[in-house]
Amino acid sequence: MADRPIVDARGVHKHFGALHVLKGVDLCVAERELVFVIGPSGSGKSTLLRCLNRLEEPSSGSVVVDGIDMLDPRTDINHARQRIGMVFQSFNLYPHMTALGNVTLALRKVAGKSRAEAEALGRAALERVGLADRAGHTPGQLSGGQQQRVAIARSIALEPRVMLFDEPTSALDPELVGSVLEVMRALRESGMTMIVVSHEMGFARNAADRVVFMDAGSLVEEGPPAAIFERPAHERTRAFIGQIQRH
Amino acid sequence: MSRWEQFTDTFFNGRVMAKYLPDILSGVVVTIELAVLVVVTGIAAGLVLALLRSLGVRPLNWLIIGVVDLFRSLPPLVVIVLIYFGLPSAGLSPSGFVATWLSLALVQMAFSEEIFWAGITSVARGQWEAARSTGLSFGQTLMSVVLPQAVRLTIPPLTNRTIAITKGTALGTVVAVTEILGQASSAMSNSYNPSPLMLGAAAYLVLFFPVVVAARWVETKFAWKR
Repeated sequence: MADRPIVDARGVHKHFGALHVLKGVDLCVAERELVFVIGPSGSGKSTLLRCLNRLEEPSSGSVVVDGIDMLDPRTDINHARQRIGMVFQSFNLYPHMTALGNVTLALRKVAGKSRAEAEALGRAALERVGLADRAGHTPGQLSGGQQQRVAIARSIALEPRVMLFDEPTSALDPELVGSVLEVMRALRESGMTMIVVSHEMGFARNAADRVVFMDAGSLVEEGPPAAIFERPAHERTRAFIGQIQRH
Repeated sequence: MSRWEQFTDTFFNGRVMAKYLPDILSGVVVTIELAVLVVVTGIAAGLVLALLRSLGVRPLNWLIIGVVDLFRSLPPLVVIVLIYFGLPSAGLSPSGFVATWLSLALVQMAFSEEIFWAGITSVARGQWEAARSTGLSFGQTLMSVVLPQAVRLTIPPLTNRTIAITKGTALGTVVAVTEILGQASSAMSNSYNPSPLMLGAAAYLVLFFPVVVAARWVETKFAWKR
């Protein structure tokens, strides 16, 4: 059990028409590991993430998450997705519901909890992201940072085995980034397995176990953050790191 | 007789109005019955078609689009005449009331489908993705996440269609439905005076006022707090 990776993606290809976005990517993530995926825009990072919970259908390859073959047509995809939390760049909260409504919807409809049970779990999840007092607010009444934390609560309320973060802080004003990263750090300390696509290099340096660099649909190199940031082996990695550190 | 007296005697003749008021009122009842039936069945059928269309089954969508475009382009009067005078050839003889209801409901269905469809497609893709990523099925996402947001956008255009189609019930006169305008115009020809027509117009005003108020109420109810 301990040796089995939580996420085991092999040879994942994705074509969008003539565009070859993923060119045979392998990604294994162990339990409690935090993997950072970096790379230039259009390198396929987000697509890779979206292939893991099948929001995007891989053209070929295999994706196994927590022992479940995500690409097997017999797999109950809705059941499997409960175990894979996902946080989006644009939050994607339901604007017509309160924060608590956002967090409890899947608990009630998918996990089959009663309203009372779902609300107790939902409030606990909002508490974990520091927003217990915002349960009755709608997304429009919350700041971007608060909205993203509600989105994280919406995922963790389902007790996922792994969390996917797709540029979680890219749409935030700089002063709001910290609160979201803090929640992510606490999540990591609680032992959550996380795959993070992000440009928050400071966070990657001191929180990630491993950094994966992607370019043009391929995984170029991977290693501990210090190794990737200080001594990248590939020219393309070096160029990318140099570019983002210049700012 | 002054010009003003001439005018009021022609358009607001109390004697004529009193005489034909009962006829107009019975017309109001028919119009309300017809309008409620048309609006409820038409909007419900339009919603069902829009939901079916969201499934993305291509041949089915072509069929839906074909039917919708047909009934949006045909003048409602033509549809009424076709159903009333055409269906007997198929062994069915609908009454004027039923023919008008069916025809206008089909037209209302076509416009409502397009309105609901526009509402559904205007909901951001991220809403679908967020909901599906938490394990909600396609149907659950549609009903709990997408449709509530879509409906909010559809209320103003649906209100417009509801008012237009309710006025369209007047077309029932061609197949002898005794609704407001039918009653008013036969009263007008019997009395050689257009006052009953003014009564009818007043009846329409009274009829639509609650519709507009109800639409405003639904609009604020579906608006979310910002």
